[in-house]
Amino acid sequence: MDATQPITAADGTPLKKKLAQAMFRSKLRAAGLVAPLLAFVLASFIFPILALMWQGVHNDTFARYMPNLTEELRVWDGVSEPTEEMYALLVADLKQNRADKTIGKVASRVNQELAGTRSLFTSTARKAKKLEPPYKEALIKTKKKWGQLEVWQAMKLTNQSLTPGYYATSLDAVYTVDSGFVMKEEKRQIYTKLFVRTLFISATVMLLCLLLGYPVAYLLATLPLKYSNLLMIMVLLPFWTSLLVRTTAWIAILQSQGVVNDLLVWIGVASDEGRFSLIYNMTGTIVAMTHILLPFMILPLYSVMKTIPPSYMRAARSLGATPTRAFIKVYMPQTVPGIGAGGLLVFILAIGYYITPALVGGQDGQLISNMIAYHMQKSLNWSLAAALGGILLGGVLVLYWAYDRIIGIDNMKLG
Amino acid sequence: MLDGSDPFVRFRNVQKSYDGETLVVKNLNLEIEAGEFVTMLGPSGSGKTTCLMMLAGFETATHGEIELGGSPINNIPPHKRGIGMVFQNYALFPHMTVAENLAFPLKVRKMTPAEVEEKVKRALDMVQMAAFGDRKPAQLSGGQQQRIALARALVFEPELVLMDEPLGALDKQLREHMQYEIKHIHENLGVTVVYVTHDQSEALTMSNRIAVFDDGVIQQLADPVTLYERPENSFVAQFIGENNTMPGVVESVAKGVASVKLDSGDTVKALAINTDGKGSRTSLSVRPERCVVSQKKTAGLSSLKGRLEELIYLGDHVRCRMNVAGNDEFIVKVPNTADHLGLEIGAETYVGWKTDDCRALDFKAG
Repeated sequence: MDATQPITAADGTPLKKKLAQAMFRSKLRAAGLVAPLLAFVLASFIFPILALMWQGVHNDTFARYMPNLTEELRVWDGVSEPTEEMYALLVADLKQNRADKTIGKVASRVNQELAGTRSLFTSTARKAKKLEPPYKEALIKTKKKWGQLEVWQAMKLTNQSLTPGYYATSLDAVYTVDSGFVMKEEKRQIYTKLFVRTLFISATVMLLCLLLGYPVAYLLATLPLKYSNLLMIMVLLPFWTSLLVRTTAWIAILQSQGVVNDLLVWIGVASDEGRFSLIYNMTGTIVAMTHILLPFMILPLYSVMKTIPPSYMRAARSLGATPTRAFIKVYMPQTVPGIGAGGLLVFILAIGYYITPALVGGQDGQLISNMIAYHMQKSLNWSLAAALGGILLGGVLVLYWAYDRIIGIDNMKLG
Repeated sequence: MLDGSDPFVRFRNVQKSYDGETLVVKNLNLEIEAGEFVTMLGPSGSGKTTCLMMLAGFETATHGEIELGGSPINNIPPHKRGIGMVFQNYALFPHMTVAENLAFPLKVRKMTPAEVEEKVKRALDMVQMAAFGDRKPAQLSGGQQQRIALARALVFEPELVLMDEPLGALDKQLREHMQYEIKHIHENLGVTVVYVTHDQSEALTMSNRIAVFDDGVIQQLADPVTLYERPENSFVAQFIGENNTMPGVVESVAKGVASVKLDSGDTVKALAINTDGKGSRTSLSVRPERCVVSQKKTAGLSSLKGRLEELIYLGDHVRCRMNVAGNDEFIVKVPNTADHLGLEIGAETYVGWKTDDCRALDFKAG
């Protein structure tokens, strides 16, 4: 056969083409099988997340509903006195807003940037029809605030549809027209403290889960089958119980008139007046979350421990190591993939936990997710919620990356 | 440690039960001299591994005493026994390099780094693995892992090394090679080795003495030659090497030679090794290579009529499956010599053997 000629199949077509034809059907079938799930994930997961993330940096409420003023605000330098023309355009837009009933949205948007401006907008819009030029004087006469540069700067900022303002707010900074990002004063910082608290509580929960889960997983992996099955059912039992039931059960146990406090009073550790507050604070959050997340630590640990043959421990002991030393030097290093998987799983679940801290967290047991929920449901500041969520997501990704660098994702074993 | 008269290892009336209902090891008595290579051989579930684990300290004897160097070790935990052990799956620590694996028992014994390095190097040299110190066990082949496991069990210079089917996972060629290597290491170091296997050729190759286990009892304890040539019961005869059996009844016993009437009606003579005397059932045992196929009865041999059923050509010898005395699984090995008989399937011939090669043993049905 000529060496330069491509290899052909029996019917004369080039082999590569033939192979591609043969593979095409199976590829098509595979794609067909995956397609529904892919579409579902795209529609219900990827797209909403991206849309929300976009909201965190993009809000065009002002630009959309104040079409006349928007161009003028863009060219304004932000520090000089607003011109009569700007006031005139403002009045025109306010009139329009009043007619379209969109003034509420605009007022809320500016209010996010500068608190206390909502009523300024709504009340002025009501009177806008009656205002006569020169508008500058007329507006300032209606509401003194219209003369303040601050209000106009806030408008200029909200006019900017693509804004880093929400992320700045999420990190307790203010994005200003003239001096960029400025940190808020110490006592007005909310979100960074909440982020730190979230990380602290998640790390504590993770460590407690590891401490409590490791011996249980070890027992599960080493006990004879008839005992380990029973233990496994006890580990899994919480999974079959509603999250709400489990959380409220902790309220019954930990409240000041609850089982634990009654017991402590009875044995004399606490006086009847000085009962411990174990719930509606950080303690409550940590206790309840540890309990709920414990199986997520135990199961990966168990699956790793199950694969470690007992001969390793025996070998270590035959070589002269005490049981403790054999355990620490030989057994534990081999469970690192399980510790990593369980730890990462518990930590990531804990960092976004919502229901339990909402129910038992009280004031200082709230996590960042509760704040996100507040902005989604109560304050309706979705963009800020999106920014907070974005930071949380970024944090998780950074942790994941760090884990990969230190331990290696390939080493992880999830059941 | 040794006062000269005591054996190095001694099992005294040892019994073991896991569930309190059945005995896995029934009244074991075994003495092992220092420097010996003793193999515990038997089918799975015969109690051999349990015995090894009791010696290592991972199982406790339900009854009886185990002595090491003259003192009882029943209550000494495994890490204080100073016994080296090679496991079936090697049990090399996967998170440590080869050198760290070898250093483990030395560091546990608080040796200085220089000492550790020196001994690790020597142990690696011993198994010809000096270049592999920095590898992880997973990067080694089965045979290499086996060598490292061996080196690790020997590196802290124990006087006793236990091996639990260490060659089970290797292919045939490598296994045979490692058998010689372990044998040579044993000869060079002079350590006492207790070896567990279910492979009889492995046991025959390596051991000074072999303890054949079955059903929790040592059926026979002897050197390889005795074990093969003079099995004391049917189980040993069957388990070690190939064996032809013929059931029959003892008609008379005189001077150690029994006259046995086979179930097929023929009467043959055999050494009375393990029979209950006149009138008792017995199984006669003859090795295939001790039988001779001939056209006529040969003087001085017990001869029976046989029919050639099958011939298998194996190069150095020909395996003949024959029907002799109602047993159609009767095997004769005919050496491939220049003048070997023109054997043909279906031929009626005589099969003969010396009385000394035929042993009357305990009767076993089937």
